[in-house]
Amino acid sequence: MSTDLTPEDAVTVPPADPRLLVREAGFAGYWQEFARKLRSGELGSLPVVVGLIVICLVFQLQDSAFLGAENLSNLFVTAAGTGLIAVGIVFVLILGEIDLSVGSVSGLAAAVFAVLNIKHGMPEWSALILALLTGTVAGALHGFFFARIGVPAFVVTLAGLLGWNGLMLQVLGSNGTINLDDSGLVADLTNYYFSDVAAAYGLATLAVLGYFLAALRDARRREAAGVPSRAPSELAVRTAALAVPAYAAAWLFNQYKGLPLAVVIFVGVVVVFDLVLRRTSYGRKVFALGGSVEAARRAGINVPLVRMSVFALSGTMAALGGMFLASQINAANQSSGAGSLLMNAIAAAVIGGTSLFGGRGKTWSALLGVLVIQSIASGMALLGIASAVQYMITGAVLLAAVVIDSVSRRTQKTAGRA
Amino acid sequence: MSATPVLALRGVSKRFGAVQALTDVELEIHPGEVVALVGDNGAGKSTLVKTIAGVGPADDGVIEWEGRPVRIERPHTAQELGIATVYQDLALCDNLDVVGNLFLGREIAHAGVLDEVEMERRARELLATLSIRIPSVRIPVAALSGGQRQTVAIARSLLGEPKVVILDEPTAALGVEQTAQVLDLVERLRERGLGVILISHNMADVKAVADRVAVLRLGRNNGTFEVRSTSQEEIISAITGATDNAVTRRKARTAEASK
Repeated sequence: MSTDLTPEDAVTVPPADPRLLVREAGFAGYWQEFARKLRSGELGSLPVVVGLIVICLVFQLQDSAFLGAENLSNLFVTAAGTGLIAVGIVFVLILGEIDLSVGSVSGLAAAVFAVLNIKHGMPEWSALILALLTGTVAGALHGFFFARIGVPAFVVTLAGLLGWNGLMLQVLGSNGTINLDDSGLVADLTNYYFSDVAAAYGLATLAVLGYFLAALRDARRREAAGVPSRAPSELAVRTAALAVPAYAAAWLFNQYKGLPLAVVIFVGVVVVFDLVLRRTSYGRKVFALGGSVEAARRAGINVPLVRMSVFALSGTMAALGGMFLASQINAANQSSGAGSLLMNAIAAAVIGGTSLFGGRGKTWSALLGVLVIQSIASGMALLGIASAVQYMITGAVLLAAVVIDSVSRRTQKTAGRA
Repeated sequence: MSATPVLALRGVSKRFGAVQALTDVELEIHPGEVVALVGDNGAGKSTLVKTIAGVGPADDGVIEWEGRPVRIERPHTAQELGIATVYQDLALCDNLDVVGNLFLGREIAHAGVLDEVEMERRARELLATLSIRIPSVRIPVAALSGGQRQTVAIARSLLGEPKVVILDEPTAALGVEQTAQVLDLVERLRERGLGVILISHNMADVKAVADRVAVLRLGRNNGTFEVRSTSQEEIISAITGATDNAVTRRKARTAEASK
């Protein structure tokens, strides 16, 4: 409703109903809509962005190295592994389900890669692909038992958590730790930096330009089709809102070793799967299942197939994340995928704003959420605080995120939006 | 009204184990006609609708589509013929917006990528031709009122260009104003030349929009009435079985004719 009506439109469009949501053009209109969304509980990414700023401020005041290029660059690289796993979790959460096996699957994939590549001398690329496929198969198996047999996903993936961890120990064999080639492909995942200054700035420019052109094309098409489109001023604001963090990040990475490969892959995956969720019929089906399984079935959607594919995707992302985590320690060992990894991945998705109730979420929440968790971990390590306190604080942040999710859902219900 | 009914049921029977749910049921729907299907709970209304919609095929009898006999074994077949069914429990996804719900399962996409612009344009066009008023086509349907949701569900069924629309209790659980909206929409469907089967418990609604009323009682036809020339009491007694013989029914008719 932001375009001005031309005289022809005034003839064809029936007189507006007073209840219609008409947005005023210009910035007053954006602000109005923003305030309306906040009041009705559509908080989106706002809480996590505010939280991230608060966390950064607190740690920066305690230790000025926190916002330094080295710390932030390392923080991003460390976050990539857990973040990639969280992207898969976002898909599962949108279905309204949970995947508890991702930690074990990531460990298993690392073990499979290490054994194939180091013990059996298989080329790195084929070993990597087989390791990722291991994750796909594991996820598809969970999906099969959930979607076809009807076992609750919680129980299936809990069995997976135990089972795949056992298989990983079996695969690793008696000595328990296999060191990876420290100049190999997997080692590069978290250790390679594009040291050329142009790489980071070039990629930032590409992203901003790409976004702007795509948005402009969309607005043109909408105008031509006579449906409401975004005003040029809004396009400019949105592009600027993307450009500022993109160039800031590029500048920051160039202050240290350059653009990390891990960040390129992680952000690339987030962007690609964001488009898959919002812009493809597959993504639409995933959201439909999160909204109402019965409605999806009646609309002719193959419910078991979509469910299985989502769990297969989650398994694949877990395996990919496992590669990054193995790359960080340059080894696959018995504790791969254990500890707080599973909880961190799920917490990242939820803290980032993906609803536990299904039907709402975006892949960007994996990025934002994992940055929150990693910031806390990194800041605590910088200040020399024990991991006991770190767990408690991360737990509190997770609780806060879930409370925000539940309260916003309740507000949306009273505002008639859930 | 054309001579050939778009949809006709001849002697349809359906049995569930020991229960004879439908016995020799006859029903005709003409284009541009609203037929109300009424009956007490358990009279077989839902079973009859399921045989037409292909959810529970009939055991016996013939279904004629535009004059030729067809077999409707699956919901897909019914949809391909041009029969759209709007069930009582709406089947909308609360988290998707109006456009998303209208096109759910038949998205306009090029190589898997959604064409949101075209879908939004078509959605607005469809809603405009039906004079459906909703706040915005881009808000989640959870934000709509019950009547608006019902109109979206009905509009959704029209995207497949059906010739017959079955509405299962479309006004149950709706307020006065919302019921009026839905009834307006039913009249617009008739104006577009669609055959409408309206299942309802509400006699006021039936009297307001239906052309004919088909009464089912204990799985059998219990009379078909022209709405204009029939009193509400007559329909209700046919539903409850208070006038379960031809003599009383003829008596009532002659009495009214002589008024």
